[in-house]
Amino acid sequence: MRIVPFIICAIITTALVIALNIPLTIGGNKTPCIGAFLSPQQGFWQNAEPTNYDFNQSLKFSNLHGKVDVYFDDRLVPHIYAEKENDAYFVQGFLHAKFRLWQMEFQTHAAAGRLSEIMGATSGETNFLRIDKHFRRLGMVYGAEQSLQKLEADPITKTETDAYTAGVNAYIASLKPNQIPFEYKLLNYRPEKWTNLKTQLFLKYMSYTLAGGDSDFEMTNAKSIFSAADFEKLYPTTQDSLDPIIPKGTLFEPASVVTKKPANTDSVYYPSAVVLDTPLVIQPDRRNGSNNWVVAGSKTKSGAPILCNDPHLGLNLPSLWYEMQISTPNYNAYGVTFPGTPSIIIGFNDSCAWGVTNAGRDVKDYYEIEFRDSTMEEYMYNGSWTKSKFRNEIIKVRGQASDTERIAMTVFGPVMYDKKFPDILKDGKYYAVRWKAHDSSNELLTFNKLNHARNFIDYIRAISTYQTPGQNFVFASKAGDIAIRQQGQFPAKWLRQGDFLMPGIDSSYLWQGFIPSRENPTLLNPDRGFLSSANQLATDETYPYYLGGIPEIYRGMIINRKLSQMNSITLQGMQQLQTDNYNVFAEMTRPLLLKYLDESKLSPDEINYLDKLKSWNLRSDKNEEGPTIFKLWWDSVQVSVFKDEFLQTDLPLKWPDENTLLEALLKDSAYKFVDDIRTSAVENISDIVLSAFKEAFKEMKEADVENRLAWGKFKDTGVRHLLRLPAFSRLHLPVGGGVNIINATSGNHGPSWRMIVQLSDNIEAYGVYPGGQSGNPGSKYYDSFIDSWVEGKYYPLLFLSHETARTSNKMKYTMTFSEA
Amino acid sequence: MKFLVACFLTTLLSFAGGLFFPWWVIAIAAFVVAAVVPLRSFQAFLSAFLALFVLWGLLSFFIDLQNQHILATKVAAILPLGGSYIAAILVTAFIGAVVAGFAALTGSYLRTPARKAV
Repeated sequence: MRIVPFIICAIITTALVIALNIPLTIGGNKTPCIGAFLSPQQGFWQNAEPTNYDFNQSLKFSNLHGKVDVYFDDRLVPHIYAEKENDAYFVQGFLHAKFRLWQMEFQTHAAAGRLSEIMGATSGETNFLRIDKHFRRLGMVYGAEQSLQKLEADPITKTETDAYTAGVNAYIASLKPNQIPFEYKLLNYRPEKWTNLKTQLFLKYMSYTLAGGDSDFEMTNAKSIFSAADFEKLYPTTQDSLDPIIPKGTLFEPASVVTKKPANTDSVYYPSAVVLDTPLVIQPDRRNGSNNWVVAGSKTKSGAPILCNDPHLGLNLPSLWYEMQISTPNYNAYGVTFPGTPSIIIGFNDSCAWGVTNAGRDVKDYYEIEFRDSTMEEYMYNGSWTKSKFRNEIIKVRGQASDTERIAMTVFGPVMYDKKFPDILKDGKYYAVRWKAHDSSNELLTFNKLNHARNFIDYIRAISTYQTPGQNFVFASKAGDIAIRQQGQFPAKWLRQGDFLMPGIDSSYLWQGFIPSRENPTLLNPDRGFLSSANQLATDETYPYYLGGIPEIYRGMIINRKLSQMNSITLQGMQQLQTDNYNVFAEMTRPLLLKYLDESKLSPDEINYLDKLKSWNLRSDKNEEGPTIFKLWWDSVQVSVFKDEFLQTDLPLKWPDENTLLEALLKDSAYKFVDDIRTSAVENISDIVLSAFKEAFKEMKEADVENRLAWGKFKDTGVRHLLRLPAFSRLHLPVGGGVNIINATSGNHGPSWRMIVQLSDNIEAYGVYPGGQSGNPGSKYYDSFIDSWVEGKYYPLLFLSHETARTSNKMKYTMTFSEA
Repeated sequence: MKFLVACFLTTLLSFAGGLFFPWWVIAIAAFVVAAVVPLRSFQAFLSAFLALFVLWGLLSFFIDLQNQHILATKVAAILPLGGSYIAAILVTAFIGAVVAGFAALTGSYLRTPARKAV
């Protein structure tokens, strides 16, 4: 033996193995363990699924009570036929895990404030620890725990979720190390067991996405800068153009919950002061939205109702949605599901169809807490010092010591902002957050019942217990009924309650009660023969409760206009409408801009772009240049109008909604904010429109030179992997549409599922989502629907009986599950 | 002949070990083979290097072929290897080869008598 070379070589070999067996940090990003990652027998190669992979399989589990047949069609959509209903949820859990395990766990880790555990405190540009702290302090885990109690107290959801969880875990237990999903290998961690709590965490994640927004701090800041009159001009609570979900003129019964406004609101709450000191960050608002509508048989060619839904959400890979059919002795349903929860979420069954859009009501408010001292042990409430409770949230951080957030709990809710975690106004105060998602609620029961629903009464019963996030549930049945209800458990609020930070020294500003479900805006079989919702306000101002700020205006307007004009509606007509790129906002705004523009002051080159805008057909199609020119000009107008006022503060303000400026200018060209308060001259709208065009012209020219003046290129839509890895994303998709357009496809979000269902004797349905059934980036089913989605094409949805499925030549693979 | 035997044994042991043990089982396989099969040090290195280059190269090649390059192309974009699936295969083969080669070299010195020229 040659000692010296042996030792040297042994050291080299060991060092190589160790270096290849630990994650290294390169440029702030962690790399996988290269050796394990590259190993063809264990690493990423094992996730490279053969394109002709055979999904046929026969499995036995002791948890099952009967037989379950699953047929996969050529798009890899599973059609589950179970002899026992709960077995269907077991298989649903198993299949969700088989195709989407990493995503399910990642999303629930995000909801639970556990991303640091896998990503480290920071990675790249992202501060995961800060994000985790935010979710913990918001009370996401607290809320999920509350709701879990309710879920487990109900025998239906308890057995359903238990079966689902068992299915997920049965898959996880069957996983060999080489089979774990790609992302675990990339980030070097392992899947953990699923729990019912994780299902609740996922639902809270959806609550956060859809009912977790607020601008209370920004609005409070605005209140300190603008007079009450100016404030109402910037942030009105409704608009003339609003075409509400429940048509104007509908009569509402008086409120059964009568709210009492605190006596001191004028002095301590409503906008009043004009204080000119503080600062600003411009934050243009971007919102999640959705469309749904339903037309009665009287307006369709077939005589059967048609229901359409396209929820607009962040566009991600793996997709939020997973398509499936679930058939049990009690019901037969088809639609999209959330990997992470049982049941079909949006879809149809043998008797009826349902869809949702976001209600967007404000259910998240803050209260300023007065603590006796910085220990937060006691706070002032109704005249006496009250003991706080505490909740310790331990955040594990990869590669370093755990972090503990000690959160004071008050009657108002968890103290989200304190000395250790300051709010965005950096005012050093304590704020507790009261969020509807903290409450114990059982949303899964609603979806379970919707899957079983046979008629309008079943639908109303199913949704009446639904609490958060508030949704506009649209409904159609084979019996011919069409209906809509804005459902959620909404706090009954007095005018502008919760628009600003509220005093939290007594109970006077607390939510005083919830609006009973039966008083939620509802409409059944209207004379006009259609119903729709597109995130606009549910009602006009005759509804006896305060609805909160105005979300959307224009999509609702164009949908209602088109539907009222259409007759003998076909499924193809609905497909065209769902993917329509007509820009009604530009239809209203363009004439206004052109009216005030003095063209004689433009250069020939500028006129060139103006002419393109003038000749634009108002359709935001991918190849049109008009939409780009319009957007640049209009954005520039908004900035010119508001920037001067907003420069009065460095702290965050809420940028006024674009409908606010349009509606104001339509009413009165001498809108107060048009004048630039920084100059001695008084600017009028013509000055602003001209200077804004000249300003925007630079960007038009630049975009043109870079060959991205065409709207599709300028907008640059992409569907991004949850880890934001470009190689695992589909970027630069040639697609039209955008904000205020029915085809609401913007840069990174838009129609996350398009569905059209005709409730004829044999249900005819179409659907598509921008993703694929497999969450594995190494599968050909990972992004297989994206091209169809981009082109506005749909797939016919195979809604088959067990017998037909067994013999259908559309079915490519079969999995059978039976009792062990 | 001994060279080929070493190559073959290293390939076989590495493959079989890879079915049950972590990836670095290839180092153990190469080390053991080199300690048992009498080869000069450089030949031992080369035999293991070639064995693993071929084993990991061919395994990944066939997986990639059946996958129609879907995943290797994506992984090659983040490694970063310019999105080339061929580069991904070659790097895989090379990493396995280097580890096995040094392990074999170590093994060969275990067996080589002291002061005997290489």
